[in-house]
Amino acid sequence: MKNKEPLIFIIVVAFTLLTYWLVEPFAHSQMHKHVESEKFAYADLPAVTKTGVAATGKELVTGAAACTGCHAITKDGLPAAMDAVTAAGTYGVNPPDLSNAGALYDAKFLSDLIKNPAHALKVEHKFDAAKGKMHPMTPFAGAGGEIDQEVADIVAYLQSIAVKPEEVTPKMAFENACGRCHAVGYEKWTQIGEKPAFKFQKESLAFDIKVLEYQESLTKYMGKLPPDLSMYIRSRGEHFISTFIENPQAHLEGTAMPRVGVTAHTAEKVIEYLEDAGDTKRAERTATGKNVMIFIVIFAIFALLWKKQVWRDLH
Amino acid sequence: MAHFTKATSVKDWLNQRLAIEKVEKVMASEYWIPKNINFLWAMGMVLAITFALLLVSGIFLLMYYQPHVDHAFYSVNFTIMRDVGYGWLWRHVHGVAASVVFLVIYIHMFTGIYYGSYKKGREMIWISGMLLFVTFSAEAFSGYMLPWGQMSYWAGMVITNIFSLGGLHMDGLVEWIRGDYVPAQAFLTRFFMLHVLLLPLAIMGLIGLHFATLRIPHVNNQDGEEIDFEKESKKYLAGDKAGSKVMRFANDFMSKDMMVVGIYLIFFFYLVFFQYEFALDPVNFDPADGLKTPAHIYPEWYFLWSYEILRPFSVNIGLMAFGFAQVIFMLLPFLDRSPNAIPASRRGAFGVWFWLLLIDMIVLTAMGKLPPAGIFSTIGLVAALAFIVLWIALPFITKNEKKA
Repeated sequence: MKNKEPLIFIIVVAFTLLTYWLVEPFAHSQMHKHVESEKFAYADLPAVTKTGVAATGKELVTGAAACTGCHAITKDGLPAAMDAVTAAGTYGVNPPDLSNAGALYDAKFLSDLIKNPAHALKVEHKFDAAKGKMHPMTPFAGAGGEIDQEVADIVAYLQSIAVKPEEVTPKMAFENACGRCHAVGYEKWTQIGEKPAFKFQKESLAFDIKVLEYQESLTKYMGKLPPDLSMYIRSRGEHFISTFIENPQAHLEGTAMPRVGVTAHTAEKVIEYLEDAGDTKRAERTATGKNVMIFIVIFAIFALLWKKQVWRDLH
Repeated sequence: MAHFTKATSVKDWLNQRLAIEKVEKVMASEYWIPKNINFLWAMGMVLAITFALLLVSGIFLLMYYQPHVDHAFYSVNFTIMRDVGYGWLWRHVHGVAASVVFLVIYIHMFTGIYYGSYKKGREMIWISGMLLFVTFSAEAFSGYMLPWGQMSYWAGMVITNIFSLGGLHMDGLVEWIRGDYVPAQAFLTRFFMLHVLLLPLAIMGLIGLHFATLRIPHVNNQDGEEIDFEKESKKYLAGDKAGSKVMRFANDFMSKDMMVVGIYLIFFFYLVFFQYEFALDPVNFDPADGLKTPAHIYPEWYFLWSYEILRPFSVNIGLMAFGFAQVIFMLLPFLDRSPNAIPASRRGAFGVWFWLLLIDMIVLTAMGKLPPAGIFSTIGLVAALAFIVLWIALPFITKNEKKA
C-alpha cells in the first residue's frame, strides 16, 4: 500500500501553521496600532545651525540662564538646591541632574527644550501658557545676545562635561531618562534612587515614606502614578518600548508622558536596562536552548534508528 | 493463601508476589496493535509525554509559587523567573506544554473523527477522551489564574460571569464560585487548589479510564479493517511476524511512538526556548489591576473557537450556543448514525462534513481573537451558525450513508 504518512504530515503541519498565523501575527496586526520607528531623528524639531562655545555656555548655565537654580550638575561641583522629595513637592517631579545630559539626549532636542520645554517634550496639550498652565521648567528667553547662539553654547557646555556617548551605561540611561517617574521594583529602583539595604527597619520605613511622599507629588503632577517597569520588556516588548520612548503621543494620544528626547544609543541602553530587569536569563536561555536542541536531535536520531531496527522484522 | 517457594532470582521473587511477567505481557508485549496505522496513532504517547512534562515542571514551580494576591505575581516573575536556578526553564516548559498539549489533543480528536474511532464498541474511548478534554480545559483555565496578571484577572472575571447564565441573573452562583464579588484572595486560593490537586487527580483517573476503554475494542486502524486479534496474535507468536496483521505494543509500536516523540520534542523545545510568546501572553506580564480593563480580553488560542460561538449572539442565545458547543462533541458516537467505521475519505458526505467542521473551527478560532467589529463580526457569526448547522445535519447525512 502507498505510504500516506508524508501527506498526512503535510496536512497536519499546514493546518497548524495556518491557525498559528491567524491567531498570532495576523490577529495582533489587527489589534494593535503599528508605529514605525522614527529612528530618533526628531524631524519635527528645527536643525541646530550654530556652533557653541562650552566656556560661554558654562557662564550662562550658572548665570543668566539660571539653570542651576533648579538643576544639579554634580559633575561640575554644583549640588541640587533641594532634595528629591522637596523638589517634587515644588515642581511635581525632581528636575534632573544635568551632568550627563549632553551625552544622553539629542542635541536638537536639548536646543528646543531650553527655549520651549512643552514643545520639545510634546506636552503642549497639558501645558499651555495661554491658558495659564505653565510647564514647571521656565523657557530660556535669551541673555541679551543672539538666543540660538546662547542655546548652542549651553548645549556645548553640557556635552563638554558629559561622558562620551559610547560610555553611557544602561543604568545611567534609565535612571536619568526614565527613573525619576518610573520605579523598577525588581532592580530596587525607586523614583528617589536605589533603595539601600538598611540595618534597621525604622530606617527602611523612613525611606519608604520618602518614596511615598515623592510619589504623591508625582501622581498629582502626572495624573496617575507612572507604572513600575520591572516586567515591561515582557509585557510590551522591545519595539513598543523603543517607539513609545521616541514619541509617546504616536502610541497614546494625550498621554501625560513627555517625549524624553534620548538619542538612539541611549534608547538602546534603556532597553538593555529593562532586559536586565525583566528578562535576566536571556543569555542562559539561548545557551541552554542550543544544548537542549542538540540533545533532542541526537535522541530523535537514535529513536529513528531503533524504530528501523525493530520494524525490519515486521514487514 | 497462595503457595510461595524459595525464590531463584529477584525477578522470580517479584513474580511470585506481583506476577510481573503477566503484567508485562498484558500491558506491553502481548498488547496487540494493528500494523496498518500511521504516526497519528502515536499522539496518545505524545500526550502522555507532554502530561509528564507538565507534571514535573509543575512540581518544581509549586515549590516557589505563592497563592496570595499580593505575592503571586512576584513569586512567578521575580522568584521563579530571576532568583531560582532554571526557574525560567520550568515556567517556559510548563506554559508552552499547556498550550501545545491542546494542539496535540485537537490532532488526536480529529484523527478519531476522521477514522471513525468512536464507533462499534469504541464509544467509551471517545467519551472518556472528551471527559479528559473537559478536565484539561478546566486545568488550563485554573492554571492561567495563578500568575495573577492582567489576563488572569480579567479572564477570570469574564469566564466566571458566564455562570450567571445571562437572563437568569444567577449572580449568587457567580459569587459562590468566586467566593467574593470580584476575583480576589478566595478566588485565587480555590483555583490554586483545583489546579494543583483536584483536577490533576481527576485527569490521572481519567487517563487510567481512557487506557482501560481501549483494552476490549483495541485501537482502530487506518483502513477501517476488522481484525481478528486472537488469530493474528497467534500467527505473530508462532513466528510469522511479517505475515501477521498485528504487532506488540512494546517494543514494536513503542519504537515508532518514540520516533514520533523524538520529532515532537524537537518542535516542543524549539518553542520553549525560541518561540514562547504565543503561550506566555504579554498582557499577563502586567500585574492584575481591577481598575484597569485591558483593551482586548481574549482566552488562550485553544478556547477561541468556543468563545467565538458565545460572542456573536445576544447574551441568552449566545449562552445556549456555547452550551451546545460544550456538549455536542461528547455525543458524536450517537449522532453519527452510519454503521461504517471507516476513514472519512470513503464515507461520501461525511468526508465533506469532516473537512467543513475542521475549517469552520479554524475560522472560529481566528475570529475569536480578532476584535468583534466589522467584517470579522460577520464572519464570526456565519462560522458560529455553520458550526451549529453542521452538527444538526450530522445525523441526517450519516443516516443515508450507504453501507460500505
